[in-house]
Amino acid sequence: MLLLIAGALAVLSVRNLFVATMLLGIVSFTMALIFISLDAVDVAFTEAAVGAGISTVLYIGTLALVGSQEREKSKFAPGPLAVCLAVGAVLYYATYEMPRYGQPDNPVHTHVAPRYIEDSPTEIGVPNMVTSVLASYRGYDTFGETTVIFTAGIGVLLILRQRRRRKKEVTTEDPPLRDGKGGSISGLGSAHDLVPHVISKLLVPFIFVFALYVQFHGDYGPGGGFQAGVIFAAGIILYALVFGLDFARAVVNEKAILFLISAGVLLYGGVGVVSMLLGGNFLDYNVLSSDPVAGQHLGILLVELGVGITVTAAMLAIFYAFVGRPELLIETSTNAEQPGKERN
Amino acid sequence: MSFGFFNYWIFIILLMIGLYTVMSRSNLVKKMIGLSLFQISVFLFYISMGKIDGGTAPIVVETGADGMAPVYSNPLPHVLILTAIVVGIATTALGLSLVVRIRETFGTIDEDEILEMEDKD
Repeated sequence: MLLLIAGALAVLSVRNLFVATMLLGIVSFTMALIFISLDAVDVAFTEAAVGAGISTVLYIGTLALVGSQEREKSKFAPGPLAVCLAVGAVLYYATYEMPRYGQPDNPVHTHVAPRYIEDSPTEIGVPNMVTSVLASYRGYDTFGETTVIFTAGIGVLLILRQRRRRKKEVTTEDPPLRDGKGGSISGLGSAHDLVPHVISKLLVPFIFVFALYVQFHGDYGPGGGFQAGVIFAAGIILYALVFGLDFARAVVNEKAILFLISAGVLLYGGVGVVSMLLGGNFLDYNVLSSDPVAGQHLGILLVELGVGITVTAAMLAIFYAFVGRPELLIETSTNAEQPGKERN
Repeated sequence: MSFGFFNYWIFIILLMIGLYTVMSRSNLVKKMIGLSLFQISVFLFYISMGKIDGGTAPIVVETGADGMAPVYSNPLPHVLILTAIVVGIATTALGLSLVVRIRETFGTIDEDEILEMEDKD
C-alpha cells in the first residue's frame, strides 16, 4: 500500500517520461497484487494485463512519437496543490461517515449483491459469479462497454490514420527510420537479437493457449472475454515488437482487424437479437436452449467470445495505429515537407 | 479503529496525487499519466468497498476453508471495475492518439508552449 504511494509520488516527480511510464506500470502491478488480497481475482488479472502490459506499451509507443523529455521548468504550483488538498480534506472528512472496511453488513453488501451470490449458482449455473453478473445480469452494461471499446478503437484509427490514402502511391521499399534503435518503434524488429527471437517464439504459442483458456474457462475460474482479449492482443504485440510490425501484419492484417472489431460487437448484439426472436427479452439467454441453465451457459459463452474478439481487435488496432504512424509520416512527408511546425 | 479506513485513505492520497499531476504538469503525456493514477485510485476504492473480512473470491466452492459455508466478497464492484479497466485503457489510447496529433501539428506537447503559440497568432 505504502509502496503504491511511493510509486505514485515518484511518477509525479520524475522528469523523464519514459521512467514515469515504467513507474506507472509498477504501480499498476502493485495494485493488481492488492486486488488479489482483496479477493478480486478477475480484476487483478485484468489490471495486471492491461495496466502493467498494454498501457505501458501504448505509453512507450506515444513517447517514441513525441519525445520523452519533459520540459525542465517544473514549477511548484500552489493553486492546484491547494485545490487538491481541499478535495483530499473533504474526502478524508467523508471517510468518517463511511461504513467500516470489511464488515459484512455494509450497505454495499445488502442491496443486490446477496441476490447475485445466492441465486446465480442455480439460475446461471456458472461458478464464477463475476462472469455471471458481467455477462448475464448486467449484460446491457457490458454491451455498452464493449461498444465504448469499439468506438475508442475506431476513434484512434480515425485520428492516427488520416493520411492513409496516399500510402498506395508511394513504394514501400526501405523505410528510412528502420535502424532498430530509438527513432522509430516500427524499426524495433531487429534481425540480430537472437535471444528475444527464440524466447518470444517459445512464448507466443503459450500466451495464445493461455488466452484461449482464460476465454473459455472464464465461467469456472477467474477470466473472461476482457482478460482473454487483452492477453491475446499482448501475444501478438510481443510478436510485433520482436519480429517487426510487418511480420505481425502478415499474421493479422488490418482489414481483418477492422472486420473483427465489428464482428465482436455484432456477435454480442446478435445473441441479444436471437434471444428476442426466440421470444425472450433482449440478452435474455434462458430461451437459447430448452434448459434455461444451459441457455444461460451458451449465451454467456457467446457473449464473452464477442467481448474477447472486440477487445483483441481494438487493442491491436490501437497498437498498429500507434506503431504504424511513423511510416505514414515518412511516406507523406516526401510530398509535403515538414508535417509539424506549419501552424506557427 | 482507524485501521478500518486505511484503504480509503490510500485511495484519497493516490487520488490527490493524480489530480495534482493533472493540474500542475503542463506536459500532456504527464497529464495522461496523472489521469491513469486517478483512475487506479478509484478502482482501489471500489474494490475495497466490495471486500468482506474473511471472505473469499466470488467463485462458488463447496465449503469454506474451515468447513463452514463460504463467505464471498461482493462480486458487483469487481464486475464494474473489470469493465472500467478495459474501457479506461481504450479511452487512454484515444487521449494518447490525440496527443500524438497535437505534437504533429504544434511540434510540442507542452500545454504552455501551445498556448503561447495560440496567442501569437
